[in-house]
Amino acid sequence: MNLTELFDVIVIGAGPAGLAAGIAAREQGCDRVLIIDRDIEAGGILQQCVHSGFGLETFKEDLPGPSYAQRFIDQAKAAGVNFLLDTMVLNVTRDFQVTVSGARIGLKVLNAKAVVLAMGCRERSRAQIRVPGTRPAGVYTAGTAQRWVNIDGLMPGKRFVILGSGDIGMIMARRLTLEGAEVARVVEIMPYLSGLSRNLVQCLQDYDIPLFLNHTVSRIYGNRRVEAVEVSAVDGQRNPLPGTAERIECDTLLLSVGLIPENELTRKAGVKMDQRIGGPVVDNTYSTSVPGLFVAGNVVHVYDLVDYVSQAGTKAGRSAADFVHGRWLGLQKTIPVQGGAEVRSVVPQLICPESLKTEEIVLQLRVSSPLERSVEIVVQAPDDTIIAKRRLPYARPGEMVSISIPSDAYNLAAKAERLIVSLV
Amino acid sequence: MNNFDVIIIGAGVIGSLVARELSRYQISVLLIERNSDVGSGTSAANSALVHAGYDPIPGSLKAELNVRGNRMWDKLAAELDVDFKRCGDYVVSIGAEELPALDILLEQGKRNGVPGLQLISSDEIKRRIPLLNPDASGALFAPSAGVCDTFAVTIAAAENAVENGVKLLLNTAFEGFIIDSGRITGIHTNRGDFHARWVVNATGVYADDVMHQAGVRPEFRIVPRRGEYCILDPDSFKIDTVLFPVPSEKGKGVLIFTTTHGNTVIGPTSEFVADKEDKAITPVGQEYLTANMNKLMPSIDLRWTIATFAGLRASGNAVCKNPMTDYRADFIVEKADEIEGLINCAGIESPGLSASPAIAARVVEILQETGIGLNEKADWNPQRKRRPVPKHMPDADRQRLIERDPRYGRIICRCEEVTEGEIVAEIHAPIPALTYDAIKRRTWTGTGRCQGGFDMTRVVEILARETGLSPMEICKNEPGSAFLSRASKKAEVS
Repeated sequence: MNLTELFDVIVIGAGPAGLAAGIAAREQGCDRVLIIDRDIEAGGILQQCVHSGFGLETFKEDLPGPSYAQRFIDQAKAAGVNFLLDTMVLNVTRDFQVTVSGARIGLKVLNAKAVVLAMGCRERSRAQIRVPGTRPAGVYTAGTAQRWVNIDGLMPGKRFVILGSGDIGMIMARRLTLEGAEVARVVEIMPYLSGLSRNLVQCLQDYDIPLFLNHTVSRIYGNRRVEAVEVSAVDGQRNPLPGTAERIECDTLLLSVGLIPENELTRKAGVKMDQRIGGPVVDNTYSTSVPGLFVAGNVVHVYDLVDYVSQAGTKAGRSAADFVHGRWLGLQKTIPVQGGAEVRSVVPQLICPESLKTEEIVLQLRVSSPLERSVEIVVQAPDDTIIAKRRLPYARPGEMVSISIPSDAYNLAAKAERLIVSLV
Repeated sequence: MNNFDVIIIGAGVIGSLVARELSRYQISVLLIERNSDVGSGTSAANSALVHAGYDPIPGSLKAELNVRGNRMWDKLAAELDVDFKRCGDYVVSIGAEELPALDILLEQGKRNGVPGLQLISSDEIKRRIPLLNPDASGALFAPSAGVCDTFAVTIAAAENAVENGVKLLLNTAFEGFIIDSGRITGIHTNRGDFHARWVVNATGVYADDVMHQAGVRPEFRIVPRRGEYCILDPDSFKIDTVLFPVPSEKGKGVLIFTTTHGNTVIGPTSEFVADKEDKAITPVGQEYLTANMNKLMPSIDLRWTIATFAGLRASGNAVCKNPMTDYRADFIVEKADEIEGLINCAGIESPGLSASPAIAARVVEILQETGIGLNEKADWNPQRKRRPVPKHMPDADRQRLIERDPRYGRIICRCEEVTEGEIVAEIHAPIPALTYDAIKRRTWTGTGRCQGGFDMTRVVEILARETGLSPMEICKNEPGSAFLSRASKKAEVS
């Protein structure tokens, strides 16, 4: 692989989004496709997700994370996608210069005709939720613990309390129990679960691990290593209620308190951001506000199922190939999509109605609070014309929901100056 | 060889700078530190400011050493190759009722000998600091104030001392004095006895306990005063100066400034605590920060916080020795009256870091007066160079460095862009960094917005590899702070 020659598409991140994007770009006729990743192997965070539950949509099979990743890695290699691993991307410019640093290749600037950003997301840390108390060893994000256990074969503690009911936290509760550790409880500050319902059943209830909703860790004890945490019930404003504090002995506190799209490179490139989500504003081709800079996966918004991440990657990879070949539609007129009642966030934030001539457009959204009743997602024009609707048995913040705008809605959508999506 | 001319107890910024000052003379010096690293107590958790000196009461030792110390920082920072920026500071008054406080500070500053003080009008301060509270009624500008890298100063001073022949023993705790015929002749430690002609007490919040063991100043007491801080995301907000509210009896108040590293810091709180190790973050403290920070800059949002920490000020009750000055929280930098062989540096709260070079110089002066005989070495080297930081190098130099050692190409901490080469270099430095926190203070690994989320497992792995220890033995800081407990089941079988 000649790194000095111009690449058609450079993909940043070899997780599920990046792998799918690389494969799609190659399949769409781009000869020189490069995927760069900071880790020593491709697959991204999937490599430490040894539990099953991956690929039910894509392969109609229940796979562990590394197996799911391997299918895409094999496919990418077979398709002739190039990999540059153990290499960190330091900067991406609006004209597709990619600065990298690696032990083998040193500091280099690579050039491409289009770039797909697929850096994934990172976990919120203790400071961002400002848990009071001391700062000993033994306070880790669930993902850090997951890497230690599943990649390095090392146990980060003996008795755990997990703050937050995110999916990684619940999955680690089960994993640590299977490894012979004790998980005293999972506490969630919100009145509802933040991860998938299936993980509540399969990871907590099946192992008799108690979940305390409306509770938080109000203090950490221990100067060197965690010795205990104080758990308190919270009021409606999520403040600890006096008199409810309970001291739980443990040597480790795991945090599963949310994921944040990792967009340092995106921001540096001057891409327009959706402040609420922390990801770039995208259209239905997964283009950012900078033509030729595409994004896919958890950098856009945090998904709960990998299959949809891969689908987004495929789409972004195709769009990048279209851009390289001068047939990208995104320069056509776009209209904004806004979240209405009960909608916390929606992606894409812009759609290009012209796309409807060839394919449906899927909107992915998260609701702002649990709706434990039959609900309808409705996409409307400002004049209340209904563009699309879909009925769901319920909708929960932990589970992304979607609605597609069918091709035959082209005429209606093309007339609208914006679309509003809401749940009724 | 357990005999030394001078033993210094405590390798914080004071002990390390005293050690460095003494290393220029033909005497043998031992520096002991109970923790696993130098500069890991109060010196690692403060505002990192070099104060101008208008705040201490005129006539106090604090005032004298602050102003004298402030003047020494340019040379010190240049010799030790550490970051120091003389950016100036402002005390901002809010509303008409706070305005007179500025005149008092100006007058105090003049009496203390602070150069260049200037009163600034309400319009002018708002022009200079656009996000300031619109009710700002004026400001006092002190051009000689600055910000420094407090971690680096202590580490570099200790390293320079070691390179000039000082013996440093970490994990070595003072347990008592050896007293012979009314004179201190050495100390007991957890690692045996050490003998010396003079002992310097630079033990921070423990300095009262240590001197009491020699029967010195039984009336003197240190009650730690905790300060909590929030560090903001470097992309959220930066300021190229230091902003203080008008001071109160609780201290200088909640200030806003950007470190030499580029993070904006909000803090500290001020709360007396009973436990000399109680560095906990509290809900009360965090609320206090929010309320008081908004006083100066209502638009700052503490949700931009990426890290919180607390430090303990060694607040003492020493009566000022100047009969003209009524002040009861002064520094102690003196030869003990009650016993021969002991020099105490105690009650060194703010402006202790600012004054630290002057305190070290004063200790040397005191030793001179004892007739110990300080003759300069011919080969003393005041220079200490920082190790390579690829992030700050021009591309061509950076490329050459990676070619020489490829580990400088591999990024371990993404947020702060710290490479494996930098981490390995610190592990094998003259004062080896053998814990996660030691590496953090030297390289800024894990101090960014993901707070170790990416690097932590990797740094533990590198530490284990480079030291030959098991990953289970790698600690966050002190013994007992290991990250890991055992191998997983699968790893045990295989």
